[in-house]
Amino acid sequence: MENTCNLCAPLGACIAFKGIEGALPLLHGSQGCATYIRRYLISHFREPIDIASSNFSEASTIFGGNKNFNTGIDNIIKQYHPSVIAIASTCLAETIGEDVHRLIGEYRTSHKRPKDLPLLFFASTPSYKHSHYEGFLLAALAALQALADHRSAPRQRLNLFSNLIAPEDIRHLKEITDDLLLPSMIFPDYSDTLDGVFHENYPRIPQGGTPLEYLRSAPKAFCSIELGYILNSAAPSPGEFLRNLFSVPSLRTGIPIGIRQTDKFFDFLTQIAGKNLPQKYVDQRGRLIDLYIDGHKYLAGKRPLIYGEEDLVVALAAFATEVGMKPILCASGGESGQLEDVLRKQLGDLFPSDMRVAQGVTFDDMKNILNDNDLHPDLLIGNSKGYFLARLWNVPLVRVGFPIHDRIGAQHLLSLAYKGSSILFERIVNALLDDAQRNSSIAHKYM
Amino acid sequence: MIDEKDKVRSTEEVISTLKIFRDEVVKKYPKKVARKRAKAIVQSDAGAPPEIQANVRTVPGIITQRGCTYAGCKGVVLGPTRDIINITHGPIGCGFYSWLTRRNQTKPEAPEDPNFITYCFSTDMQDSNIVFGGEEKLKQAIREAYELFHPKTIAIFSTCPVGLIGDDVHRVARHMKEELGGGINIFGFSCEGYRGVSQSAGHHIANNGLFKNLIGRDDTVRGSLKYRVNLLGEYNIGGDAFELERVFEKCGINLIATFSGNSTIQKFENAHTADLNMVMCHRSINYVAEMMETAFGIPWIKVQPIGAASTAKMLRKIAQYFGDPELVDRVEKVIEEEMLAVKEAAEQARKRTVGKTVMLFVGGSRAHHYQDLFEELGMTTLAAGYEFGHRDDYEGRRVIPTIQIDADSRNIEEISVSKDETRYNPRKTEEELKALEQQGMEFNEYHGLMTQMEKGALVIDDLSHHEMDKLIEFYHPDVFCAGIKEKFCVQKMGIPLKQLHNYDAGGPYAGFQGAINFYRDIEMIVGASIWKEIKAPWESEEYVEATFAF
Repeated sequence: MENTCNLCAPLGACIAFKGIEGALPLLHGSQGCATYIRRYLISHFREPIDIASSNFSEASTIFGGNKNFNTGIDNIIKQYHPSVIAIASTCLAETIGEDVHRLIGEYRTSHKRPKDLPLLFFASTPSYKHSHYEGFLLAALAALQALADHRSAPRQRLNLFSNLIAPEDIRHLKEITDDLLLPSMIFPDYSDTLDGVFHENYPRIPQGGTPLEYLRSAPKAFCSIELGYILNSAAPSPGEFLRNLFSVPSLRTGIPIGIRQTDKFFDFLTQIAGKNLPQKYVDQRGRLIDLYIDGHKYLAGKRPLIYGEEDLVVALAAFATEVGMKPILCASGGESGQLEDVLRKQLGDLFPSDMRVAQGVTFDDMKNILNDNDLHPDLLIGNSKGYFLARLWNVPLVRVGFPIHDRIGAQHLLSLAYKGSSILFERIVNALLDDAQRNSSIAHKYM
Repeated sequence: MIDEKDKVRSTEEVISTLKIFRDEVVKKYPKKVARKRAKAIVQSDAGAPPEIQANVRTVPGIITQRGCTYAGCKGVVLGPTRDIINITHGPIGCGFYSWLTRRNQTKPEAPEDPNFITYCFSTDMQDSNIVFGGEEKLKQAIREAYELFHPKTIAIFSTCPVGLIGDDVHRVARHMKEELGGGINIFGFSCEGYRGVSQSAGHHIANNGLFKNLIGRDDTVRGSLKYRVNLLGEYNIGGDAFELERVFEKCGINLIATFSGNSTIQKFENAHTADLNMVMCHRSINYVAEMMETAFGIPWIKVQPIGAASTAKMLRKIAQYFGDPELVDRVEKVIEEEMLAVKEAAEQARKRTVGKTVMLFVGGSRAHHYQDLFEELGMTTLAAGYEFGHRDDYEGRRVIPTIQIDADSRNIEEISVSKDETRYNPRKTEEELKALEQQGMEFNEYHGLMTQMEKGALVIDDLSHHEMDKLIEFYHPDVFCAGIKEKFCVQKMGIPLKQLHNYDAGGPYAGFQGAINFYRDIEMIVGASIWKEIKAPWESEEYVEATFAF
């Protein structure tokens, strides 16, 4: 395979773990995994990210990693005092068949005061299965499985499962639920932990994250909303888990980008809150429409290549088609098999008849699909890894999603809801205008 | 060592507080860990370097800087070569994370020349491959890569699960070599991540592979210049190799091969036609230097062309080795010419840098080499250490016989190398070598990092996150040098961090032009006013109250 369009599951798990209050992730396996994943996440978020490892040696590979596991936990507790140690497995631990649940149990029982221990829980995320996206969702599920407590008192609260989005997007979702006076748990909330402020005293474990109390009482929330139509096709999503086990009603909508998807999202929220849409958002919607009118002439008929995690691709395609673009190809490394169906359903009559949909593909496949058909996109919308294709075709790349390591400020890219869609719309139009000015033989001042 | 006049008080402070630092820092660890870590924290003494614990397993859970064997083999040593197709046999993560992340650069001579370093080739192993074996998938990946690119060489890199499920990458390599035919060279590396203590194990495995599969396959003598050298352990981060190539060319020195910055297969295959090996990163490549000396009779010397004075020193060593007055003159002329701009840049930068302090925790050589540049800037190194160095990188090669071979080192294949029957040709006679040694040249020697540091400065191997926090808390250096994993923690503590793994967005830093770049970047870093703005005016006690004047 060349130039894949997905990363490995433990990486996704670490992002979700960073969205839990007081949690420190531990990867059970070789130290290289923790090191590589840290360096990769840091290059996107540009924040300190501590991920511990059980540092397997050849001996632990043969005889099992329980000794390393115990030492690792001891050291983390001593140095970091976390309230949660969130453990994910790597391919090494999974291949030799480590039973991490048993290791956790043994560690707890061997401890003098098990009650004083941080919460330890485990998500099985072998890297040879699925991608970082499923890893992210599996880790969120594992956190709920470990924490959700049916004995909690009923809460007037909404569970909002917010998908793999930028910290700025999470903050915007919080602003929205606050404005609707709708008490909510947003999970995983890494808006502070992966986008911290400057502290005079640097905290070892960053403040923020979804409060543990919220996760414990999640089964007693009145409703869940999940962003993303596809999510993890191989395991229950967090919302499904709470519905199946605790009968929490669960609604599903897309990642809200563009008018139609955001309308749907706000429709859910206002119905749940029993309120009209606050004027602020009515205005934001109005401005977005106004902006579409201003800018649609630059986008009409443009043929972007859209790629990334499946749910992000759906959201971006829904947005792109409603502003007049006709995606030439929607592609994802994800392998749910549902991408085309979901796109057809969500795009409806805006689904361009000649739009190609490809999933389980690499960047090289994308290149071949287009080149073999003598096609050429006008721009790329997706993460930094599409850079080489953008360079090949000499077209602009508008960076959205994960990873973005060749620009600063990935953590501040707001793309959700009316406000985020406005920003994204402007970025796309301006990228095309910039490209046109740069490559024009005449000096256009007005575009 | 730094000029007396540039010295600052802080070195003395460090020395006086070292004992307290060590005790304080290990206090947080459980007893056994504390005992182990205390051995890896020592006080430097150039005259009699103390023994330091290095190249031992990292304690689980302490959050190390270290990577894995695969990273050292594929990511570091073989990664920068542009015309080998490097296939990662394993799940997608490993290949993806080593996809151009080191900022190695390469420049194909002609636009149609192959360049695969922008690609990430992986077998993207799935669970069925773990259960039923992945060899077929690997073969298919090789076929696919061959059909698409027709490379001359394909290398296969093993990740953790490969070793566990028993896929034999070497067998697959042999099989595919036969199947594809046409003289294609295919070989595998058993560089599973768990195999060694750090990426260092991967370097060794890569060195063995280079020697077994590439070096010495082509006897053609290329190039018209008579002074023929190889540069070992240079990886062209941020364009370092380009600058060094420029300097060599200006001096009339023929650089046959660089291992492996801006390199090609042909250069490796041709490397044994050089007459001198220069080792830059001792840790990652000394094995190749040793093997080439045994097999082909090429002597090696240690060089560190990081820093303008050190680059000049390297050039003079080469001239001395070849002993040709014409070369000596030319080298001196080049140095004189290059140093004009260097001196001007240094003077400019030194206005802001003299007396400042720095800490370096990076690599297996860089924590040493970059001290040269900082000395040129008048900055004192308070503390330094390697991520994956061995004792000889700290204390000098003289300690090699006393290093205990543990299970982890035994794990790496030692290939036995003997004189190449037809091509062994000692470049210098015993007498010539002796004469050169008497003139001060040193062969097969590296004195290690501690010989360069101030007496009493801190040396810490495999710095943990906790220890890094404490270092900063105790000593507030003006610049901290490490990598991206450390960058944002250090900066959150109000100290600028310069990445010396991949140079942030900067470079080259090698050679003369590189020194100038580095002076400017460090001047910019220590002079940046942003660090003074961390506190808002209303948080500051010295907030001045004023009234509006109408």
